[in-house]
Amino acid sequence: MSRFRTGAGGRIDRARGINFTFDGRLYTGLQGDTLASALLANGVHLVGRSFKYHRPRGILASGAEEPNALVTVMRDAGRTTPNLRATQVEIYEGLAAKSQNRWPSLEFDLGAVNALASPLLASGFYYKTFMGPRFLGSNKAWAKLYEPLIRRAAGLGRAPEAPDPDRYARRYAHCEVLVVGAGEAGLRAALDASADPHCRVILCDEQAEMGGWQLNAGSDDLVEMLETLGARPNVRLLARTQAFGVYAQGAVALAQRLTDHLAAPSPETPRERLWQVRAGEIVLATGAIERPLVFPGNDRPGVMLAGAVETFANRYGIRPGERAVVATTCNSAYGAAFALKQAGVDLAAIIDLRDKPDPALAANALKAGIPVHTASVIVGTEGHKRVRSVRLGKVEPCGIVKSTDSIACDLVAMSGGWVPSVHLFSQSRGKLAWNGETGVYSPGKDAPGQKTRSVGLCSGEFPADMRGFHNGALPTPDEKGAAKAFVDFQNDVTARDIRLAAREGFHSVEHVKRYTTTGMATDQGKTSNMNALGILSGALEKPVPDIGLTTFRQPYTPVTFGIFAGANRAGLFDPVRKTPAHAGADALGGVFEDVGLWKRAHHFPRKGETMHAAVNRECRAVREAVGLFDASTLGKIELVGPDAAEFLDRVYVNSFAKLGIGRCRYAVLTNEAGYVIDDGVVARLAQDRFHITTTTGGAGRVFAMFEDYLQAEWPELRAWQTSITEQFATFAIQGPKAREVLAPLVEGIAMENEAFPHMAMREGRVAGIPARVFRMSFTGEAGYEVNVPAGEGARLWPVLLDAVDKAGGAVYGTEAMHVLRAEKGYIIVGQETDGTMTPDDVGLGWAIGKGKRDFVGKRGMMRTDLIAPGRKQLVGLETLDDKTVLEEGAQITDTPTPAPGSAALGHVTSSYWSEALHRPIALAVVAGGRGRMGETLHVPMPGGAIPVRVVSPVFHDPEGARLHA
Amino acid sequence: MLLILCPYCQSRRAELEFRNVGAAHISRPSDPQTTTDAQWGEFLYQRDNPKGRIAERWLHIHGCGRYFNAIRDTISDVFVTTYKSGEPPPAMPSEAKP
Amino acid sequence: MKFSLISLLKEGLTGNRGWPRQWRDPAPKAAYDVVIVGGGGHGLATAYYLAKEHGIRNVAVLEKGWLGGGNTGRNTTVVRSNYLWEESERLYEHAMKLWETLSDDLNYNVMYSPRGVLMLAHSIHDVQVGKRHVHANRLAGIDNEWLSREEVLDFCPILNPATDIRYPIAGGALQRRGGTARHDAVAWGYARGADRFGVDIIQNCEVKGIIRDASGKVIGVETTRGYIGAGKVGVVAAGHTSVVMGMAGVRMPLESYPLQALVSEPIKPIMPCVLMSNAIHAYMSQSDKGELVIGAGTDQYVSYSQTGGLQIAQATIEAICELFPMTRRLRMLRNWGGIVDVTPDRSPIIGKTPVEGLYVNCGWGTGGFKATPGSGHVFAATIAKGEPHPIAAPFTLERFTTGRLIDEAAAAAVAH
Repeated sequence: MSRFRTGAGGRIDRARGINFTFDGRLYTGLQGDTLASALLANGVHLVGRSFKYHRPRGILASGAEEPNALVTVMRDAGRTTPNLRATQVEIYEGLAAKSQNRWPSLEFDLGAVNALASPLLASGFYYKTFMGPRFLGSNKAWAKLYEPLIRRAAGLGRAPEAPDPDRYARRYAHCEVLVVGAGEAGLRAALDASADPHCRVILCDEQAEMGGWQLNAGSDDLVEMLETLGARPNVRLLARTQAFGVYAQGAVALAQRLTDHLAAPSPETPRERLWQVRAGEIVLATGAIERPLVFPGNDRPGVMLAGAVETFANRYGIRPGERAVVATTCNSAYGAAFALKQAGVDLAAIIDLRDKPDPALAANALKAGIPVHTASVIVGTEGHKRVRSVRLGKVEPCGIVKSTDSIACDLVAMSGGWVPSVHLFSQSRGKLAWNGETGVYSPGKDAPGQKTRSVGLCSGEFPADMRGFHNGALPTPDEKGAAKAFVDFQNDVTARDIRLAAREGFHSVEHVKRYTTTGMATDQGKTSNMNALGILSGALEKPVPDIGLTTFRQPYTPVTFGIFAGANRAGLFDPVRKTPAHAGADALGGVFEDVGLWKRAHHFPRKGETMHAAVNRECRAVREAVGLFDASTLGKIELVGPDAAEFLDRVYVNSFAKLGIGRCRYAVLTNEAGYVIDDGVVARLAQDRFHITTTTGGAGRVFAMFEDYLQAEWPELRAWQTSITEQFATFAIQGPKAREVLAPLVEGIAMENEAFPHMAMREGRVAGIPARVFRMSFTGEAGYEVNVPAGEGARLWPVLLDAVDKAGGAVYGTEAMHVLRAEKGYIIVGQETDGTMTPDDVGLGWAIGKGKRDFVGKRGMMRTDLIAPGRKQLVGLETLDDKTVLEEGAQITDTPTPAPGSAALGHVTSSYWSEALHRPIALAVVAGGRGRMGETLHVPMPGGAIPVRVVSPVFHDPEGARLHA
Repeated sequence: MLLILCPYCQSRRAELEFRNVGAAHISRPSDPQTTTDAQWGEFLYQRDNPKGRIAERWLHIHGCGRYFNAIRDTISDVFVTTYKSGEPPPAMPSEAKP
Repeated sequence: MKFSLISLLKEGLTGNRGWPRQWRDPAPKAAYDVVIVGGGGHGLATAYYLAKEHGIRNVAVLEKGWLGGGNTGRNTTVVRSNYLWEESERLYEHAMKLWETLSDDLNYNVMYSPRGVLMLAHSIHDVQVGKRHVHANRLAGIDNEWLSREEVLDFCPILNPATDIRYPIAGGALQRRGGTARHDAVAWGYARGADRFGVDIIQNCEVKGIIRDASGKVIGVETTRGYIGAGKVGVVAAGHTSVVMGMAGVRMPLESYPLQALVSEPIKPIMPCVLMSNAIHAYMSQSDKGELVIGAGTDQYVSYSQTGGLQIAQATIEAICELFPMTRRLRMLRNWGGIVDVTPDRSPIIGKTPVEGLYVNCGWGTGGFKATPGSGHVFAATIAKGEPHPIAAPFTLERFTTGRLIDEAAAAAVAH
């Protein structure tokens, strides 16, 4: 057994040695060790370098509060985890860890030269310099020279280079009582609560083993309590589970580690799991964190918290040094002294700031042969990568400190008293109360909507033995000395830094935090916040409670991003909506685009065909023969009731009262502000029944809007709607041969032009399937839209495809659909409109029902600015060279050479090569556009402006003869 | 994640099931055409934005699909009550200062 | 004392004992020419430019808490000007020009870092919207360039290049002058600058009432530190604007929402730029310290709680993990919330109010930090001259009556 292990005791399995590496060197620890205890067992104290000065740092604490001992644990390229605390990493066979933020090595770190410049690197130094030289240009030196250097120097570990292959899971749970922390108080609270078998209890603890401080004692009570709890079916025990966030109304988030402690985790097991718990009552049993002492050189490896020393000795069987000094303002550190003595460590001294320590403890110390120095402090330490000695200072009654002896030692156990862990209580938005007697903040009143109970040490009610009475830095003989007394170890913030901030006018505790960065490191100030407050209190000569407190934020300890994403990644990142004909379109080689959650076929390239060639061919097919298009994604609503027509009259700009049964009408929807937000077709199935289509992207929005008006605005209207988007598959058959293709498949509908005219709707059967057939067109050709039950869509698609093929037609995608409708000047909501266009702006003024007293948007579109002259209006554009296809989104000006910063007249909303017209066409919105017909305008591009002619937006068949053919 | 009592379902459910749809008791002028631009602008855009109790509307979108009203404290986010659309806001004991 | 390497050396060698206060802590005077309500970046910048550009130095900034403690100190520090509408372009570009020399102007390193803001497109519609921005910006003389998918992946190599994911990358718009700045330094730098011109910065001073004379004109404010007379009052209170304006009987078209942000633990540099994906709501940059700074969304309800639901942060991290799969193993260090005041068109309101002598600058929603210098600059001019600065003129309250909205978000909406 290593000379750094005790002979017996503790929770480690002395029979099971475990090999691991740190910075490439092979070490052996024991089953039950953390990386920190295993390194200490090998005599390794130097484990990291600090953020700013790259000072050698050791292990300060034994748990989540550790600021120094950050390591990277490597499994493979995607499974590299930076910034883990060695005190929380459980070792496993083959564990490979390395130190961080040092170059070339931990032992010899060139970054340590920063320490030489440390007088220049006081709080906030970077706000005061790095601005010049000015001849480089303003801000240039910062952006090009200094910032890149600073960025390279900053940061802790490295991110993994490959995607993380591990899985993460999420779970929801409800319970009557959630107990956070399985120390003695938490265990007892869980036992009490779960005595009622109807009370569901969850008990979680961040450590591998439950028991908290009890694990140091190895009590039989603990075993019994855990057995009792384990046997109760209403209790869920979650070890390795950190409660990291408390949210409104009893919501608590827990992060459970499942595989990090395993040498060869199964790929089937998630690495971590997010628990989202809703608890009737939150019992906080989160204990307390020991406060370090702030004295010069308090950061050397070998200087540790006394409680951590006791834990390492008792729980892990560690002898963390040969010769120790205990420095304290608090009784509890005497326990560490006795534990060390027990572990065979030579005790050089107890240095107690108090002039009258507890007489019994002092007597016991003397009896054990430990010299006790009262009214004394450490005023300095020696040693580079490990503490070698401390200098003792005597505090005179007048407050002056006199440096006296040097005491050789390789371990300093320090305690400034204990601070309740009120983080989670504070997160629950409960108010903290300052307790002048104990000198700590403790939980006060619950926030509204929360029911919490703090038990054990975190309640602030703790034994006098654990109270420290001194806030802030220890007195020193010479505040000007070069030695640094650290407050925030990880961020290298010293007592002097905090005093400097105060001198510069940063008096708010939040300002001090931000200016000095104290409390902003990855430990979020767990060991530093109270000391910083104490020093600030001294500097401002204001009592601590008058200084205020920084806010405790989620998470309590850092939480892996992966657990928030869970399984929602790659294909499962968002749902995919596919139409009933999706597989058919896919088989045809369709190239899909995302529209909302839908996958829509954009075009159907044939072998060797470019996108443009395919789109042109698809357009030709529709104009010359017939095309088949999957329109199933369109939103569909069925509206029924005696007042259905009245409702439609009120929400759409159009009039529906006189719409005949079996007839359809193009419908424009605006919001109350008067802007176009959706369009579609309304068909009257019966006097009291309508089939309504919406845009694909607008379906949910329109449905919710209708529902809102129906339920809340006009509850007297007897009309009810149902979303039927997913009840129907919708296929458009468009083109001069549409009737010829469809008619043979139709039963029960007279298909002749006169019997079934444009904008009519009939019910019958298509290929034997019950169908709602609309005669309508979004292409400018005569055509139909066939709606069949969604379950029959996949069956109908090939039938239609076959018929279209035989007629020399083709299937077409959304891009051809866009071209075809643009040739007709039909708008697409979201493309020609952008939330700022009225119906009149986009040439749909004709759709507005005349004589309607009111409809949604009517008043809005009469507002001053919406009827002002010079509004942007929809027009067509033709490039003068008849060749150039404009870029969508390109701006339009009245001069070819606009001065930089000029205003645009408008922009190109849609632009395509028109196969039908053999020329490029574009739709645009242009200020006063309808009054500019025939004018030449310009589209400025990087290579020069493109001249365009303003024309009607209807390029193809302006009379509409083809629709009615 | 708030817990919200749907007055129709009479069940307290997680916020994920609901959509907040803004201020409650904003009634649409009965004859919009007689309003001024300023009045219409007020209807469209002016909202109470109180630090304290707010009357607001929710949609139980992944539940019963009904719109309802709620009184909630915007400082603590705690619901004072929820009630059905069309019902007047319940009389409340005067607001205690938080 | 002027900040420079020289002063740093001199002070460093003498124990850093000579640094003076960065701003005074004066007791409020009986009256000021102008009282600014709100000591965030926008309010402090307003005071600074009132003093510097308009010679109005009898100015107080009243802050109910600590300077920069609102959204200034809680945002994700993105700076850019690649907006769509001309009104916005002019406003944000005005700010951008000031950012470029702000450190020198203030003699305070605000760490403006023009590392580029890359806005991703994932669909054909995204590409259309992105290119429309590029074209509009070019005409306005604002740098913004379109990058193909390959160029995007070259520029930000840690992006997920897979094409079989739910939202593969289709391209992106890059504003190279966009980037980040250090938020706290902006507040402190303006505070120090304004203080040097004689502006009184008064913290822990909450305004409880706005006092008007018989004619209705503003004459002062009632505060927790007593009555303070004022020739003019400028309200720059962000999330609390409705509350403060209510004291003058002015209702505002504003709603306040909690907006969340979060950072990872510091890691060595991996992010070359600011990255935004509006489609999947992911916004990320990396701070000089090494933390990944991630903007999350707002909760759906009005709230002043400065906190929000876990599901908001969760949705954001989901999106980040999807765009940057190697970040899954990194860890969230801190998650916080602010209160943002949002207007119906999500553009700010800057200008006069129906009350004489009362001015307001609010409604910056989720994007106010980037505008800080420009906002302060045009608001100062508006207060000084009693009429809107030309750049501020379109951002009036009246637009909600006339309907002349400046709606950036609507333009990105998708339908068809």
